[in-house]
Amino acid sequence: MSPQSPPAMSEISQAFCILLILLLPLALAGLALINTGLSRSRSAAHSMMAALCIVGVAAAAYFVVGFAWQGYPGLASHTLSVFGKEWNWLGAGHFFLRGVPLDGSPASLAALLQLMSVGLAALIPLGAAAERWRLRACCLSTALLAGITYPLFAHWVWGGGWLERLGANYGLGLGFVDAGGSATIQAVGGLTALSLVWLLGPRRGKYNPEGLPAALPGHNTVLVLFGCLLALVGWMGLNAAGSILFAGAPPGRTVLVAANTLLSASGAVLAAAAITRYRFGKPDASLSANGWVSGLAASSAGCAFVPPAAALLIGLVSGSLVTYTVAWMEAHLELDDPAGAVSVHAIGGIWGILAVGLFPRAAAVAAAPGAAHPVTMPTGQLLAQVLGVATLVGFVLPFTYSLNWLLGRFFPQRIPPEEERHGADLYELGAGAYPEFMTHTDEFSQW
Amino acid sequence: MKITGLLLMPAGWFIVLAALVLLRAFMGRELFIAAGIGVEILGLVLFTRAHLAANRGNE
Repeated sequence: MSPQSPPAMSEISQAFCILLILLLPLALAGLALINTGLSRSRSAAHSMMAALCIVGVAAAAYFVVGFAWQGYPGLASHTLSVFGKEWNWLGAGHFFLRGVPLDGSPASLAALLQLMSVGLAALIPLGAAAERWRLRACCLSTALLAGITYPLFAHWVWGGGWLERLGANYGLGLGFVDAGGSATIQAVGGLTALSLVWLLGPRRGKYNPEGLPAALPGHNTVLVLFGCLLALVGWMGLNAAGSILFAGAPPGRTVLVAANTLLSASGAVLAAAAITRYRFGKPDASLSANGWVSGLAASSAGCAFVPPAAALLIGLVSGSLVTYTVAWMEAHLELDDPAGAVSVHAIGGIWGILAVGLFPRAAAVAAAPGAAHPVTMPTGQLLAQVLGVATLVGFVLPFTYSLNWLLGRFFPQRIPPEEERHGADLYELGAGAYPEFMTHTDEFSQW
Repeated sequence: MKITGLLLMPAGWFIVLAALVLLRAFMGRELFIAAGIGVEILGLVLFTRAHLAANRGNE
């Protein structure tokens, strides 16, 4: 893709793009409901309160420094010259969105989109760290994610950075392709979730002394499943707006993007329901919900480039992966992740990134004549996608782990284990979400 | 083991970047990139095992 500023959009395209962006809060609401439903009732109010704080802190941090460091193609950036190739590694804009006219230009629309999408990335770790993450630490960690980690990686992918330029500089396909954020939003959020699960440790009573996990089921499946439906609408807006702003797709391709998003989620939930039905005798609602969201996460990268049949296949694979990896991580890696966020967002996102490179012929079929991208997907696309995944594992994971470890040195991140029995609601907020009829017992915990 | 694993992940990433920048022959470049990713995975495995051991030590 060209590092130059994208062509100006017509007023109708701008209005359409704004409408798509305004769907995004539904994805935030959906994810917040899923996180809350999958945690126990004693921490339900804390979960929703933390979600609100996270969205607020993420937007503020991104407004203050995030967009300046992320930038957008055509805006100022820091570059290095490496063996004659230009390596664009950091945006060089002004803080507080100064210098970005909020007038419907592509850069301003990208800023608006990401004031919300950064909140989506920041909500992912909340699901993994549920019931034991202090509110203050959760806000500070979100500020680090939204102010440093997310903008840095998003600049490389969406801001004219070196990953985006892999095609032009090294002949690797179209460069790293991530239209809707499988990498920048989902995988970055999922890997931050993994860091926090490691740093916080499991919930009290989750594992017995032999390391066997206890089931600590979520308290409201209806919230979880309703959240899935809300998330679908938000994701369609995210994928469609991202495709227009970051992948150069024409607005008319929103039809393909929306169909692909729905089909990927559908394939994933059907695969998860069928597999859990086969394994446990009945479909598992929470794993099916995890499958649905993993299908959404996997759909984002290639939503504007793959045909609907490939999107369905991407969903089937991601839904299958999530049912096995959630259980495997819990039982064998002792990762206590109540919302399955690591499997859903990190593994689902990485699968979505790789799928763009695995379906080059399919992508060629889907690209419409006259589109911003060429009709044939050039060779080397898979290698470009692999380089993106290598960057996530080799840079983003250790970086976000180190930031959160450092934060924990100054501000304790975990609620004291003896207070966990009463729940995060009482400890952090002083009142429960359901004061009239809920009791706090450890009925599901044997240890 | 935890610090070794943590350091191996970026070390593998630097191998990947070096292969991308320095090597032109397509197969050679792919092989070195695969080697870099192998180092990253090794780091991830070591890091995971270190956390597992720490969890069990705390119980």
